[in-house]
Amino acid sequence: MKIKCPICGKREASEYTYIGDATVKRPDVNNTDEQSWFEYVFQRRNPRGDHEEHWQHTAACRSILKVKRNTVTHKISSVDLEGPWQGQGEENN
Amino acid sequence: MSDYSAFSLLKNAFSGHRNWKSAWRKPEPRENYEVVIIGGGGHGLATAYYLAKIYGVRNIAVLEKGNLGGGNVGRNTTIVRSNYLLPANIRFYEYSMKLWEGLSREINYNVMFSQRGVLNLAHTPGQLDEYARRGNAMLMEGADAELLSREEISRRIPGLYTGQDTRFPILGGLNQPRAGTARHDAIAWGYARAADRQGVDIIENCEVIGFIKDGDTVTGLNTTRGEISAAKVGVSVAGSTSNVMKLAGIDKLPIESHVLQAFVTEPLKPLIDTVVTFGAGHLYISQSDKGGLVFGGDVDGYNSYAQRGNLPIFEHVAAAAVTMFPNLSRLRLLRNWGGIVDMSMDGSPIICKGPLPGLYLNAGWCYGGFKATPAAGHCFAHTIAKDEPHELNSKYTLDRFFNGNELDENGTGPIPALH
Repeated sequence: MKIKCPICGKREASEYTYIGDATVKRPDVNNTDEQSWFEYVFQRRNPRGDHEEHWQHTAACRSILKVKRNTVTHKISSVDLEGPWQGQGEENN
Repeated sequence: MSDYSAFSLLKNAFSGHRNWKSAWRKPEPRENYEVVIIGGGGHGLATAYYLAKIYGVRNIAVLEKGNLGGGNVGRNTTIVRSNYLLPANIRFYEYSMKLWEGLSREINYNVMFSQRGVLNLAHTPGQLDEYARRGNAMLMEGADAELLSREEISRRIPGLYTGQDTRFPILGGLNQPRAGTARHDAIAWGYARAADRQGVDIIENCEVIGFIKDGDTVTGLNTTRGEISAAKVGVSVAGSTSNVMKLAGIDKLPIESHVLQAFVTEPLKPLIDTVVTFGAGHLYISQSDKGGLVFGGDVDGYNSYAQRGNLPIFEHVAAAAVTMFPNLSRLRLLRNWGGIVDMSMDGSPIICKGPLPGLYLNAGWCYGGFKATPAAGHCFAHTIAKDEPHELNSKYTLDRFFNGNELDENGTGPIPALH
């Protein structure tokens, strides 16, 4: 499996560290609702098919990437930068 | 059907082994069952067997979307052990170990349970201390454990490199003598035959495509072989848990599906007569009865339903294997494959009633499903029959994540790939 980092180019997956499901959102720090924190920390959709996930390019630029990958075929359909640079990553196939 | 025995073997030998009866029937699904178990793997079949045998439930079906033994029960590295640290886990797996010890007789099927020991190697003084602690925890719960010195390990496993001039020298290890390996296919076939003899309908090539509900209560299933109504439905589908539960309307669970790879080399003369695990990376290796070395390591580390993995893990486990046994370096690999494991958020399983009325869940087995098969079957059967958990699975609830009662054996937190 190879992931095309928008900054460094196509590299082996072993250069990256898997962070996990990118669809879970951390609740606001002032949110005291236990259910929303529980969902954030523990509950996952775990889809069979397209999965949005975060990977960090730990062995190179250290960017956190938002990757859309199929969990059955391992085919990656898009890679984007996360954070303020979001949207600047190019389409990847 | 008659029992398997030396006599039946001899009798069939005289007729050229042409008159063996198939080990289980191939019934058409009926419209109604008292209990339907989804998933004809080791756990599902064992659950059906114990439901019929111990809890006297008649009218049980096991639905399997493929053929029996094609999932994780035929994809694991066959290791059976109970060397855990947390009391709830040691008790559960030690009970499983005791069932394993009598299993061939219990189900009249030779599961080839070979108690050849499982040895965890320690490479730092801290790790050796941790193993002493774990060994003591095991002894206190009635399991067996022995702490071995480097000299003793070197004497017992001649092929293992125990020199100290290496990055991760072996300082000692924790051995569980009663642990070992078993023949995994025999578990699927043996439990299938034993359950069938109790009257359980095992229905292969029958995929569940939807749940029939009355309000929230599960009352039956839509399958590729028709509609089946059931008073109770047990879900025991390992890596497919999230998908099957989605059909029931449960969108999220504290589970991620990951791929775990296993490897077999070409056959060798006897070299390793136990199971050895590397303590500084992750590798477990043993030798099958056919002579092939069977080994595996960590999950690949990302969500996957692919039943095949990538090369970095192979590189990692092969490197660890050669570090431990330098004489393996020129061996060729015969086979490798992947299984989809249901990694829970704390590394411990879930066997519980719910999360909907009429529904029961057995999931989250991570790497530990195979060795747990007899106890998981027994405890899940108890939970289904009595509508309350067995003492041994009372901690394996689904709501423990919300309540803060996780059983995090490794202390790695809610990151499934690290368990």
